[in-house]
Formats: sequence, structure tokens, C-alpha cells
Amino acid sequence: MEELKMLKQGAEAKLFTCNYLGKPTLIKERFVKTYRHPDLDSSITTERIKNEARCISRCKSAGIKTPNLYLVDFDRSRIYMEYFTNSITVKDFIINVVKKHASDNFSQLNVLAKIIGETVRKMHINDIIHGDLTSSNMLLIPKVGILDNDSTWLNIANLDLVMIDFGLSFIDGSTEDKGVDLYVLERAITSTHNDFPDLFNKILEAYKSYSKDNLKEIISQLEDVQARGRKRTMVG
Amino acid sequence: MGRLITKANNPIVLYVSGGNTQIIAYSRQRYRIFGETIDIAVGNCLDRFARILKLSNDPSPGYNIEQAAKKGKKYLRLPYCVKGMDVNFSGILSYMEDKMEDLLKEYTPEDLCYSLQETVFAMLIEITERAMAHCGSDEVLLVGGVGCNERLQKMMGIMCAERGSKLYATDERFCIDNGVMIAHAGMLAYKSGTRMDFKDTTITQRYRTDDVLVTWRDD
Repeated sequence: MEELKMLKQGAEAKLFTCNYLGKPTLIKERFVKTYRHPDLDSSITTERIKNEARCISRCKSAGIKTPNLYLVDFDRSRIYMEYFTNSITVKDFIINVVKKHASDNFSQLNVLAKIIGETVRKMHINDIIHGDLTSSNMLLIPKVGILDNDSTWLNIANLDLVMIDFGLSFIDGSTEDKGVDLYVLERAITSTHNDFPDLFNKILEAYKSYSKDNLKEIISQLEDVQARGRKRTMVG
Repeated sequence: MGRLITKANNPIVLYVSGGNTQIIAYSRQRYRIFGETIDIAVGNCLDRFARILKLSNDPSPGYNIEQAAKKGKKYLRLPYCVKGMDVNFSGILSYMEDKMEDLLKEYTPEDLCYSLQETVFAMLIEITERAMAHCGSDEVLLVGGVGCNERLQKMMGIMCAERGSKLYATDERFCIDNGVMIAHAGMLAYKSGTRMDFKDTTITQRYRTDDVLVTWRDD
């Protein structure tokens, strides 16, 4: 089984692919950060592995698509999970749709925004705080039964949203953390997709209309954090 | 300014001072803020911590923390607050405020300075690294008053070396001289065609980094 292929070196983990029990598998191995104190490093690593595994399984039971979890190996700081051989990040999807599909850009992105907003809302209803919501941490995979050809990847109707990288995730019921989670998403979306200034608002609309539970408090937390950022004096 | 001094091409900028903590990258005519503090600035956190410990203000609280931290040995685990590319520091401060009396029975002030620096700087390096991965950049530019801290520079250097990236830093002559920076930005704007009568010029202290339209870059 252990025939590892390095897929990518991220900011805090190396990603390998392999075949584990006959399934295409992604191994996420966190590595030591020598710039930080060894005690801090090992406690951050252990805590994040635990939270990552916990949040993935909680998403599963809430009906939110994530990679399946296969194995957690604390000794080697590894998590084994399902590898999607056929996928595209939401970031690349948006860029591609804009490039190749000028005519119905907006309806495509509206549908996508609705799916993202509802999925994030579902996570929050289940007290799952993703912690790093960006368009790179969301994948689109072909729906079951959809054939994979070039046009598949340009039509949101063919695709399912999968949330990935729960490396900064944790479980918390507080409205503040949910507000901050939305703020992180807003910042990521507006800085990465600055050619679509409306995208985050569309996501937020879907988030709001999916459920009203605790909504006022969460949105007021979001506005609070937004104000802290935007009103901050730029002196010194 | 930082690009002029260091010859960095298109770096991720970590801007850390008493008033600001931001991760900045250039995209489409603006310096965009990818991450920042969602409560207080890191320099403010250091200053207030120095006050809790009653450290001297001479020459600056941050400098005195830096010197004390060099003598610290025992590491205390403090709240570590990173959310995506954002950070917050007030949790650390209130933790310290609440427990200071008890902590001083077990730790020296030097230990606490050391632990504080190790923790908040690790947070800053982490979000810088995440921004680099996100933007696919292999250059970092460290600016602002706290950017003068040698421990922060060293940690950033280690992170960059491990990624095969390059760290650029300006020294304190440029790090903290806002006049030179404003003059330089003005010159760049002038060269790219901005014109204005002197009597029409005003001062806005609260200009945010991403409010400024960058007319002098065409990438």
C-alpha cells in the first residue's frame, strides 16, 4: 500500500497520494515548523489533527460532502482520507467560467453562490467552524452518473460541492466564531475574486435564507468584525 | 518604498506596527489586504503587555520586551488565535491580565516576554506562510515598527528558507519613517500622471491600504 506520491507541499502539510485498501487516498502529513517553539508546534499539530478528524466526521453526519476519513495516525502526524481524482477547486471553476463562458456567467455564479451559502449555513447549524473558508478549500466533483467531458466542468448543474481542508476547523456553538468564519470567507472571496464584487453578498443571501436560527446574532457578529476591520485607523 | 529599497519584485507584505497588522499582496492596481488583526494590532498587544509587567517605555516597550525575551527560558503555552489569514491578540492579553499574579510565581518576567513573542510571532509567520501558499508568492517583505524585531525577522527567515523563498526587510531608517514613504508614494503617483494643486491637497490619516488606487504599476 505504501507507495506514496508527493502531490503538493502546502503551508503546513505535505500531501501524498497512494492506494490504501484499494481506494485512491490522500495522506495529509503535517510537518514540524522549526520557526516555532517545539512545545507550541507539537500542541498545535496534535490539536489540529484531532479537530480536523472530528469536523470531517461531523460534516458527514450532517450531510455535508467532505472527503471520507480512512485513518488517523498521530505518531506520524498523518490523516488518510479519500482522494478525488476528478475535481476542480471553486477558485479555478470561477476563473474558467469567466474565461470560457461569457454568456451565462452570472447565472452559473449565482447557483454556485447559493450552494456555497447553504453549505456553510449547514455547517454552522451543526456548530462546525471551518476556520479557513476560501475558494481553494472548496472542490467541485461531477455528480454521480455525470460523464466527465470538457463541458462538465463549466456547468454547475453537473457538479457537487465538497468542503476540504479542515486543518483549522473546530466545533463551537458560539455566534462569534460563526461571524468570524463568515468574515474569513468574505475576505478570501473579495480579495481573490475581486472582479466579482457581488459574489460574497450572494453567498450571504443564501446563508441567510436557508435558516433563521440564531441568524440575527451571527450577522450582527459579522458586522461587528467587519466594522472592527474597516474602521481601524491606519495611523502608526 | 519597500520594493525600491529591497528590489523585491512582487512580495507578500507583512505590515506590523503599533496601529496595524496586515498581510498585503498586490493585485489589479491595489494593494489588497488578505489578512489582518480582527481586534488589536500586534504592536499594541506588546505595548499593553509591557504595561501589565510594568516594563519601562524607554526607548520603547517593544524593544524592552525583545531584550527581556532573550533571557527567557521557560515557555508558557498561551492562547493561539489564527482564523484563516486573520489573527487576534486580545485573548492573549486578557489571559495574561487575569493570571499575571499566579504566573509570576512560576515564571520570570523574562520567561513571559519570551513566551509572548514566541506565540504572537508564530501566529504572524503562519498567516504570512498561508498567504504565500494562497497567492503562489515566494517573496516576503517585512515592514512596520514591529518588523524591526530581530526574533520576528529570524523566525520569518527560517520559514522562508524552508519554503525556498526570499525574505526582504528594510532597516529601521525606512521601517518607521512614514514621511519618506508618503513622499515616495507621491512621487510614484506624480510620475504616473497624477496632478494636483498644492492648495487642493489634504491629509487623511485613516487611508486604508486598499483604498489607494495604484497607478504606477502595470502588472
